[in-house]
Amino acid sequence: MSTVTEHPSTGVHPEPSANPQRPQRTDRVRPAVNFVRRHALDLFGVAAIGYLLAPVFVVVAFSFNDPAGRFNFTWQKFTLDNWKHPFGVPGLAESMVTSLEIAAIAAVAGCVIGTPLAMALARFRFRGRAATDTLVLLPMATPEVVMGASLLALFLNLGIPSGFGTIAVAHTMFVLSFVVVTVRARLVNLDTHIEEAAADLGAGPFTTFRLVTFPLILPSIVSAALLAFLLSIDDFVITNFNSGTTLTFPLYVWGAARVGVPPQVNVIGTMLLLASLLVAAIVLTRRKSD
Amino acid sequence: MKRLNPLRQKATPYALAGPGVLFLFVFFAVPGLYLVQTSLQSGSYETGYQFDWAWSNFGAVADYAPHFLRSALYAGAATVLALLIAYPLMYWITRRGGRWKPLLMLCVVAPFFVTFLIRTLAWQTILQDNGVIVSALRATPLLGDGDSLLATPLAVICGLTYNYIALMALPLYATLDRLDGRLLEAAHDLYAKPMVAFARVTLPLSLPGVTAGCLLTFIPACGDYVNAALLGNPDTSMIGNVIQSKFLVVADYPVAAALSSVVMAGILVVVVVWIGGFGARKAMSA
Repeated sequence: MSTVTEHPSTGVHPEPSANPQRPQRTDRVRPAVNFVRRHALDLFGVAAIGYLLAPVFVVVAFSFNDPAGRFNFTWQKFTLDNWKHPFGVPGLAESMVTSLEIAAIAAVAGCVIGTPLAMALARFRFRGRAATDTLVLLPMATPEVVMGASLLALFLNLGIPSGFGTIAVAHTMFVLSFVVVTVRARLVNLDTHIEEAAADLGAGPFTTFRLVTFPLILPSIVSAALLAFLLSIDDFVITNFNSGTTLTFPLYVWGAARVGVPPQVNVIGTMLLLASLLVAAIVLTRRKSD
Repeated sequence: MKRLNPLRQKATPYALAGPGVLFLFVFFAVPGLYLVQTSLQSGSYETGYQFDWAWSNFGAVADYAPHFLRSALYAGAATVLALLIAYPLMYWITRRGGRWKPLLMLCVVAPFFVTFLIRTLAWQTILQDNGVIVSALRATPLLGDGDSLLATPLAVICGLTYNYIALMALPLYATLDRLDGRLLEAAHDLYAKPMVAFARVTLPLSLPGVTAGCLLTFIPACGDYVNAALLGNPDTSMIGNVIQSKFLVVADYPVAAALSSVVMAGILVVVVVWIGGFGARKAMSA
């Protein structure tokens, strides 16, 4: 850095003879001000990260709490009991199984119908493409209450009873947009020359897809499936409207919130957090090595 | 690239998009029409509801003006707070994060991973009367001895901000991270002070992220009812709370559907005005 001879701006700089790096005319106040400024931002950044993580720590810490009464609000004493019996409260295990089943259905169904839709939008020009685009993006710009209420209006008017099936359909619908956006972003960045090379070597469109395109977009499909899975497990509002008497994990927590949330809910929350962080870390490191 | 049989090539995108489009049509677009249709029904839960152009349901909307207003105010306040926290944070991470960037971003999305309801309940724990924050604030003139934080509008706004801040942070990260550092170097070479460089280079270039982040935060916050239910009191209930209770507790479907339709229409107006206004500003500066 000290002997820069080809500083990109040297050519157009008004004083080519001066030190092409920083002009050294800076007075003594400037470094001090810069120092404070730099650290003000650092301090703010650290504080903001602390703000974001504080509730997460509360959730984890209170999974080790031994609450005195029904409410797990104040710290009483440390215990491992909640972790030894994470499903030691009636109904919790069943609701978690339901949530996992629905998340798996939504993730798989979302990817199966979402991936071809992403292909169509990324690779083809066709009539109705703009309308399709809008139809894909609109659910992401719609408040969940409205989506939940609309689906309930549909099911009520058609006389379809709410339950496991309606939740699965609703979840597949709202994760679909996220799948399309994720897979399409990868397809757009993909070098089309590879596919053209395959075609030049005599591969038909289907073979090209199977042997070239699909393996290249598979990581993004997996990311999309994981995202869909997480969104589904996390969803409360749309589920609330279309669940009938079926209980998912968030619905269980909602019901428990009025009468006192058992610390086991924090245990499951912590488990979900750890699983998600692990998945996110894997996705991030994979993306880096790509 | 080899040319396909033109008929097959024409049919391919439709075959690929077909199932997804059909699914979204049947379970997103059609339900929207049913929502509007339901909003024009009359009757009662016992006798059943009939569609008869009952525009009077929309008259009931006026009764809930305070709830609409609160939704817009709380969501607006949460959006501004989220922007004020997320923008400097994302600026810091993208400029100074270095090799810690992935880890810091993991911290930003970590709250999302403890699930929506559990992280809202965590704020109940943090803001409760026996908590550290209330005790600390009661020692200052900011909070009287009898005052609480929980069950106040402030708690609801705080919950909304926290719950949706990642939706603000991610678009900001995308635009700020893509920002070409050489532009700032150029500004520096042309003797722009850091603040001027920020105001004239960084900020304008990150405006698309600001617009996207604000919309992505404001829209879900507007329809939210979980924060108002768990962190607020009956006087802080938002329009989402009314819709939820009318649909799921009182079973007054037509009025609930009318309220939902108005929310959706309001959101669409906000989106069009927001994006339209931004587009106009962009055209002016160009």
